[in-house]
Formats: sequence, structure tokens, C-alpha cells
Amino acid sequence: MKHIAIGILGAAAFGFMASAAAADTLSDVKAKGFIQCGVNTGLAGFSAPNDKGEWKGIDVDFCRAVAAAVFGDGSKVKFTGLSAKDRFTALQSGEIDILSRNTTWTINRDTALGLNFAGVTYYDGQGFMINSKKLPGVNSALQLSGAAICVQSGTTTELNLADYFKANKMEYNPVVFEKFEEANAAYDSGRCDAYTTDQSGLYAVRLQMASPNDHVVLPEIISKEPLGPAVRQGDDKWYHIVKWTYFALLDAEEAGVTQANVDEMKNSDNPDIKRLLGTEAETKIGTDLGVSNDWVVNIVKAVGNYGEIFERNVGQGSPLKIARGINALWTKGGLQYGMPIR
Amino acid sequence: MQEHDMSWVRTEMALAEQAPRSQVGPGAWLRRNLFATPVDSVLTVLALLAVAWALPQMLNWVFFDAVWTGADRTACLTTEQGGQLPAGWSGACWPFVSGRFGQFMFGRYPMEERWRVILTGIVFIALLAPLLIPRVPYKGVNAILFFVVFPFIAFFLLVGGFFGLPYVETPRWGGLMVTLVLSYVGIVVSLPLGILLAMGRRSKMPIVKLLSVIFIEAVRGVPLVTVLFMASFMLPLFVPPGMTFDKLLRALIGVALFAAAYMAEVVRGGLQAIPKGQYEGADSLGLGYWQKMGFIIMPQALKLVIPGIVNTFIGMFKDTTLVLIISMFDLLGVVKQNISGDPTWATPQTAKTGYVFAAAVFWIFCFGMSRYSQFMERRLDTGHKR
Repeated sequence: MKHIAIGILGAAAFGFMASAAAADTLSDVKAKGFIQCGVNTGLAGFSAPNDKGEWKGIDVDFCRAVAAAVFGDGSKVKFTGLSAKDRFTALQSGEIDILSRNTTWTINRDTALGLNFAGVTYYDGQGFMINSKKLPGVNSALQLSGAAICVQSGTTTELNLADYFKANKMEYNPVVFEKFEEANAAYDSGRCDAYTTDQSGLYAVRLQMASPNDHVVLPEIISKEPLGPAVRQGDDKWYHIVKWTYFALLDAEEAGVTQANVDEMKNSDNPDIKRLLGTEAETKIGTDLGVSNDWVVNIVKAVGNYGEIFERNVGQGSPLKIARGINALWTKGGLQYGMPIR
Repeated sequence: MQEHDMSWVRTEMALAEQAPRSQVGPGAWLRRNLFATPVDSVLTVLALLAVAWALPQMLNWVFFDAVWTGADRTACLTTEQGGQLPAGWSGACWPFVSGRFGQFMFGRYPMEERWRVILTGIVFIALLAPLLIPRVPYKGVNAILFFVVFPFIAFFLLVGGFFGLPYVETPRWGGLMVTLVLSYVGIVVSLPLGILLAMGRRSKMPIVKLLSVIFIEAVRGVPLVTVLFMASFMLPLFVPPGMTFDKLLRALIGVALFAAAYMAEVVRGGLQAIPKGQYEGADSLGLGYWQKMGFIIMPQALKLVIPGIVNTFIGMFKDTTLVLIISMFDLLGVVKQNISGDPTWATPQTAKTGYVFAAAVFWIFCFGMSRYSQFMERRLDTGHKR
């Protein structure tokens, strides 16, 4: 109602108030009582509505975590489905407070587009999938010389593909499609030898194939796609909250704090865990950040630690069954490294 | 003079003979309609072959081989995909549609508030049905209720925020509900606005005429996609940061204005078909401009262009699917979203099933509109019989 009323009444009356307040997102968010989070309109495992119409996915859970940190309540967040084209406009214009929409962190987006990336919630990269029945013995992308490859048009995927084959002095035959569904169908019917898109996407595509077990995701990753949440530049306070929510999720996993045992862990004598959960005497870690001292407890209670979020949405607890791989913690050979909370 | 007792004309009718066998009965019908010439015969046989080839497969896929119950994707998977069905099976996966039916109808409208949408739908049908049936009296009151009062009822019920109804923000709307809201507003706004624009374009007042022409040509000159794109992505950059217009409102305005421009040209076609004598007749009765238009010209002109008007409505109904590009989820958008974003139902059959369902729903609405318009044409067809 309010939005419609504002729309009808026009810019003059409300515009100035809104622009003056825009630099302090935390106060704005606290005033309106919820976080507005921009997510993908539908990407398996990252953000999509379930049976009951509730948003689910890694990107969605990250926003819930920030809401839990700020309000102590992971449900105080509203989601806006955004297309790849309007995602940056939505963030710049203040329509959303966090952009958590499988967005690749690049220098151009940090500088020219005026964003601040808070971390990498999922290390993705472009990969290949082949039908092992059709191409037995192929276990590396370097064996794909001369292959017909299904790819979606107008994406960086197409450019990465060209670069990769050029760099390795191999020939290939791109079969380009406008739509995701068309590319799927063409690959499934055997029109292409291989399918290329981001690896997380390949696992979702595989579920839609006639015989999923015949399809193999090749180990090569030909591009870096670090996906993470972003906020507007020029608001360090808000940026810190989002960034440290990300680190808190990782640190909670490293310390073994889970949704199930977080209340028990509050009694722990381990100084690291005490600092993390804000049970240290006269701690100021949370309040310095602009949230309450039990912020990590609230986060973990709402969505669990990073590992739990991963397994629930894309890992073994989901139909996608993606292995942790480089998204494992640094202690387990992955790249996820939470900065110390102290 | 000799009396003529002989008539020159037969006094009684010759008894009608039965039509030749070759002209009646199913055989004749077949010959006349399907096998009249060699070319016709060949086409008939080809068409029958095509139907015989496609129809069993289609019926099998949609009904006989389809899966009707299940809780998740495993219900629609073959043994080699990790399910129960025989290898090589292909059929519709209807539990996907029934499981997501609520979303297809209401989008992400909160579960416990969905009665409001259903109530709005009931009021809509209760007001629309008597309006469509010619025999039912009190058309005037009914029309006012439907076109003037109903939008307010629908607004209060759907948006809420009054009388203890929780506010439901429009990004949560979706599915068939959004399709119907867009179409209803498009139809209710575009017809009167289109009529005014058509009259404006034929007006003798230069400024009115110029403005009408500029509006019509400007809107008809750009694709709807562009209008929606501008409204969705460019507008936020022009207004001060932090200020947002409701997306649904933007789409409503875009769709309604767009349909109005097309409607104006359809109505203008009808106006041009009315002979000059009708205008002069009205003038000679001493009627003013609005009386002349309202009582003499418009009733005849609109009757002539019913097919064109309904054509525009049907086109607009289907164009509402374009709001998908500004991340609003009409029926097709919600179906697509559930196909691409939901691993619980990801199977090789899910996408096809979802699209067949969406197509069937759209077909029912469009076919209904088309049949009703044909009925109205026949009913209003007085004096132009051919």
C-alpha cells in the first residue's frame, strides 16, 4: 500500500527524505524493520521458492543470516526476485539493501559499478559435462577437441569457452541457444557432445537429463566465478555487518558450532568460542559492529553455520548433491577462510 | 367468348422430390467437405495421417502414460534415473502441477491470506456472469458495480492494510492472479481510453487531434518489452535514490496505455466505416457531439469492430506474460520459475508438463473470450446480414 501511494503521489514530497537517509543503511533497515534482499528469480540451490512459496537457497539463507545478526530474527527479511539485467540498478537505486544473487566478484563491479563485495559464499567456475555413454574414455576437457558444445548465448560463458579453446589450440563447434531449456533439450537429445555452464548449474541440468547417471562433470574449471553478496559503496557500517556475517558463518563451522548445539556451546570454556558467541565477560565485539553481542548465536540459530547452509541447499541434503570441493573450509583443503573474530 | 377453364399456371405445388442420394447423408457430406477435388482428397488423407500419427502419442503422454500422484521428483523418474518407472518412459508429471498449484494460482501470496484472492475471484465471477448473459436485467447497475465498484473492492481485498487485513506487498503476488489483474485493468482502462483517443484522432480540434495522434503513434511505435524495460530499469535511475515505485503499478500503467493505443486504432476503423449519412442524420435531429457519438455513431461502430476489439483483448491477455522480464511472475513466469529453480521437481518431464499446463490455461481463457465475442456478434448482427 505504502509503495503504491508513494508511486501515485510522485517524487517531489518523498524523494529528498529518502535520499538524505540512504547513506546509513543500518538505521534505514532498523527503521523499516526488515532487510530487503535481492535474489535470483529462480536458480536451483541458490534461490527459488518452495512448495509453500518460501524462498530457499544459499543466497536466501545468507540474507536470513544478516537479518538474524541485525534483528535477532532470521525472518525479518523480504526478497526481491531480480534478473541479471536489473540487479545492479536495484542495488544502486536503494530498492534493495543486499544483493545476494549469485553475482561474480570482479574488479569492474567493485570499481566502476560502485559495489562492495562482502565475501565469496560459493566458489563457482565454468565447467563441462559430457555423456559418458556417447564419449567413453573422455575424462578431461582437453580431450574435447573438435567437439560440438552446447552453450547459452550472450553470457560470459560463451566468451570463456572461446578463450579456453583458443588458449589450448583446440577446435570446437559451438551450438548456441537463447534459452536454458533449449540448450538442455539439445544436449539431452545428443545434438552436442558436451554442455558448458557454471559447475553448480551443470549439477542442476544433470537432474533433468533422461539418464543422469550417464552424464559426467569434467574436473576442469575454465573460469573463476566467485559468487558473493554485495552492498553499495560508501556505507562502511553496513558493509561490515554483511562481511562479518559471512565470516561468522565460516568461523562457526570451524569451531563446530551448529544449529543443534549452539545453546550448549554457550557454556563452552574455549576462549575462541566464547568470543564468537559473545559469552565473554564485558565483550564489545557485537556492539562495536552495531549489533547485539549474541549476534553469532542468532545467526546460527536461524540458518546454521556455513557448512549446514551448503549441505542443506546444494550438498548432500539436496537433490543437487554437489561436493564441498573448493568450498570446503581451509582446514579441509578448501578456500573458505573465516577471519578471526576477536 | 369462350371461358378459359384451363389455367396457365399450375394450381398446386409439385411434390418435392427427395434430394438425390449423392446430395444428402454422411457420404455426401464427406464428398462435399473432404473429397470434393483430387487435391482435397490428397490433403484430407495427409491430414488424417498426421492426426493418426500425432494424436495417440499426445494422448498417451498427457493422459495414459502420465504420472498422477507423487511427492517429489522420484515419482516421475525411470529406473535408470533412480525412480520406479520402466526405462524409456515418457509422460506428463502431473504431481508437479498439483504440488505447485497454489503457486501457479497465487504466486507467493501468503497461504493464510489466500482466501482474499479467492473471495475477489468469486465477486469477479458473480459480477461478470450476469453481465455476459443478455437475458439478465439491471445491466446498468451491474456494469457500474463491475467497472467502478469492483476495482476498489479488489484493491482493498488484495492489497490489504485496512480493516485488520494484513498488507500483502505486490512482489508476493503472482501466478494466474497477476495475469488476471493485469488483463482486467488493461481491458477496463484500454476500451474507454481507446474510444476517447479514436474520437480525438478524428476530432476537428487541432490540439486534441495532435495529442491523440502523438500518443497513439508513439506508443504503437515501441514494443511493449521496451516500455516495460524503461519503466523497470531506467525509471529508478531518474528518481532520487531510495524512492521506489511499485513494480506492479508500473506494469499496469504500461500494459493499459499500450492496449489503449491499439484499441484506439481498432475503434477508429469502426468510425470510418459509418456512412456520412449517419452523422448528418444525427446533426439534423439537433443532437450535440456527445449525444451523436453516444446514441448514433458509437453503437454502430463498436458493433462493427467487435472482432478487432476482442482480438486486442486476447493479444493483451497473452502479452501480460512479458512482465516476466521485469521479474514479475504471471502464470507463465511462475511456471518457468518452478521449472528452472526447483531441484525437488527437476526431471526430464517437468518442463514439458509445466508448459503444457500453462498453455492449457491460456487456451481456455482465450478460447472463452473468442467464443463469447462470436456469440455477441451474432446477437448484435442486425441489418448487416449477408
